[in-house]
Amino acid sequence: MRKTEAVYNRKLVKGNEAIALGAIAAGCRFYAGYPITPQNEIPEFMAGRMPAVGGTFIQAESEIAAISMVMGAAATGARAMTSSSSPGISLKQEAISYMAGSEIPCVVVNVCRSGPGLGGISASQGDYFQATRGGGHGDYRTFVLAPHSVQESYDLTMLAFDIADRYRTPVLVLSDAVLGQMKEPVYLRGYKGREIRKPWALTGAKGRKARYLKSLYLNEGELTARNWKLFRKYRRMEKEIRYEMYLTEDAEAIVVAFGCAARILKTSIQMARTKGMRVGMFRPISLFPFPSQALAAISNRVNRFLVCELNTGQMVEDVRLAVKPGATVESCLCPGYIPTPNELFREIKKRYLASNP
Amino acid sequence: MPKLVLYKDRCKGCALCTLACPKHLLEISTEINRQGYYVISLAAPGKCNGCGLCAEMCPDMAIEVWR
Amino acid sequence: MKPVFKRPKSLYDVPFHYCPGCHHGIAHRLIAEAIDALGIQERVVAVASIGCSVFLYDYFAVDVLEAPHGRAPAVGTGIKRARPESIVFTYQGDGDLAAIGLAETIHAANRGEQLAVFFINNTIYGMTGGQMAPTTLPGQKTTTTPLGRRVIGEGAPLKMAEMIAALKPPAFVARVAVNNSKSIFQAKKAVQQAFRIQVEGKGYAFVEFLSACPTNWKMTPCEANRHVSEALIPEFPLGIFKGDL
Repeated sequence: MRKTEAVYNRKLVKGNEAIALGAIAAGCRFYAGYPITPQNEIPEFMAGRMPAVGGTFIQAESEIAAISMVMGAAATGARAMTSSSSPGISLKQEAISYMAGSEIPCVVVNVCRSGPGLGGISASQGDYFQATRGGGHGDYRTFVLAPHSVQESYDLTMLAFDIADRYRTPVLVLSDAVLGQMKEPVYLRGYKGREIRKPWALTGAKGRKARYLKSLYLNEGELTARNWKLFRKYRRMEKEIRYEMYLTEDAEAIVVAFGCAARILKTSIQMARTKGMRVGMFRPISLFPFPSQALAAISNRVNRFLVCELNTGQMVEDVRLAVKPGATVESCLCPGYIPTPNELFREIKKRYLASNP
Repeated sequence: MPKLVLYKDRCKGCALCTLACPKHLLEISTEINRQGYYVISLAAPGKCNGCGLCAEMCPDMAIEVWR
Repeated sequence: MKPVFKRPKSLYDVPFHYCPGCHHGIAHRLIAEAIDALGIQERVVAVASIGCSVFLYDYFAVDVLEAPHGRAPAVGTGIKRARPESIVFTYQGDGDLAAIGLAETIHAANRGEQLAVFFINNTIYGMTGGQMAPTTLPGQKTTTTPLGRRVIGEGAPLKMAEMIAALKPPAFVARVAVNNSKSIFQAKKAVQQAFRIQVEGKGYAFVEFLSACPTNWKMTPCEANRHVSEALIPEFPLGIFKGDL
C-alpha cells in the first residue's frame, strides 16, 4: 500500500461504525434493526449509508421483526445483517434458530451489554454461553467471531459474511459496549473475499422447479438426518477456527481471554513482562468452533492457565475441556464491570508469585 | 352434453358440493374410496347443465367440469 | 368441449391434507387461480406461516419460505425489499396473524409494504386442536374457553380487516367468505385485486377469508358452512373496506 493510499483509507471511527463499514464493504445490502444501547451507531450509520449504495435499511417494530426481515431478505440470496445488544439478541433467537434449521445465512451482531434482564449498558461477556451454545431452541450452533479492536470489528464483519455464505449458517459477531463505543484508527482495506453463488435462493420459479426453505421435518427420520447434516457442517466449520497467541513462546503461564477483556489484558501482560513474569495470552477469535486443539497443544508445555472474563465463568468451561489433564485452570472474573489493566496485572502477579515463590 | 369428472380418490365426502348444486343433483353415495370416505355421485347425469358451481365449491378439487 | 372448471397450474396435482369441508382448499385454489390469471407464477415467493397451512410448499408450485410463528409479514417485507421484482404473499391463520404476529401484521400494513396478506379467520386454532383464537366469537366454546368466550377477561373478537383499513397506507382491504358460490366469486375478485395491486406497485393488500373449521367447531361440513353465514358474517361483516375491485 502506498503511503497516500494508506492515509486516505485510514479513518477514526467507533467500533460500531467499523462493523457497519465492514458490512457494506462485504456487499451487505439489507439491514433491519431496532434501537438499543450500546449498538445504536450501527442502525444510524446504515440508515444514512444503505440508500446511497442501493441497499435497504428498515427500522423494524421489534428485534423479532428485524431478524425476521433479515431472514426474508437472506432467503432471496441477499447479504443481510441485523444488530442488537444482549436483551435484543434474546428476542432474535427465534429466527436465528429457524435460519439455522432452514440453512439461511446471515450476520447477527451482538454489541454485548450486561445482564441478566435489563442489566446495564456497560460492557460484559455474559452472553458467551448464549452465543456459543446455539442461543435459541433446538440442536444447532452459530459461528461466533469475537473482535478485540475496532480494526477487527471491521475485518471480522467482512469475514462473517463469507463464512455465513460458505456454510449457509447464521454467523454471530460478538462485540461489546467497550469495542462498540471506542474510537480507533481503522484501515479500510476493502473487501477481499468473494461472493458465492446461491443455487438455493428463493428467486421465483422461473425456468426451474419451485423450491422452498423450511425447518419443519415431520416425516420419519427426516429430522434426524437434518440434525446430523447440521452437526457435520459444524464440524467442517472447524477449518475456519481463528485465535491469537500473544507472547506465548516462552510463557510459563497463559491467560485466556477474548474481546475487550483480551484487549485490557494485553497491557496487563506487558506490565507483568516488565517485572520479569513470563506470561502470555491465548485469545480465541472464533468462540464457536472453539480453538480447543490449539489450546491443547499449548497445554503440552504450559500447565497454568488463567481465564479472565467479564462474567461469572463461562468460557472457563471450554478451556477446562480443551487443556490436557493435570493443567490448572483458574478464573479471574469481572461480572458487570470493566477492570483496569492494573487490576488485572495484580491478579496475574498474585497467581504467578503463588506458583513461582 | 356437459361432462362431470369425479376424482373419487380426492373426495372427502364433505358434501359441500351438494349445497352448491342449484339442481340438487349431487349426493353422497354408499361407495367408499381409498381414504375411507363415502364419495359423491351424480344422481341424474342427464340433468346436469355443467354450470360448474359444485367444482367451485369443492375444497379438494375432486370435480372437473367440461361443457 | 371446454373445461368449465380445471385445477389451476400453480397448484401441484396432490391431495390436500386438510379435514373434510375445511375452507383452506378453496382459499388455496382461489390464490392459485389468481396467480395463473395474472401470469406471475415465476415471480411469486410465498411465505408460509405456522398452523394447518404450514405445508403451503407441498401444494403451491411457487417458491416458498417457512416463517416463524406470526412473523410472515416481516419475512415477506425482507423478501420484497431485497428482491422487488418478486410478487410476495403471506398466508396466515388467526392465531398467527392476529395473536402472536399482531405487531408484525400492523406494522407491515402501516409501512405500506408491497405484500398481499391472506388471512384465514376461522375463529379457532386448528392445528393445535381447537383452542381460543383472538377472533373467537363471544360465547364460543373452545378447548381453552370451555364455558364459552367471555368478552371481559378473554377478549372480544379482533376485527382485523377494519383495524387495517383504519391505517392510511394500505391500498386494498377486503373481507370475504367462501361458503357459497356467490361468496366464492366475490372472493375470487378480491384475491385477484390483491395481486394486481402488487403487480402495479400500488402497495399493501389484505384479504380476510371467513373460513370454516368443521373439525374443531365439532360440526359437519354442511353445518359449518351454515355457521359461517349465521354466526361469523354477523360478527365480521363482508365487504371492501379500502380500495375497490
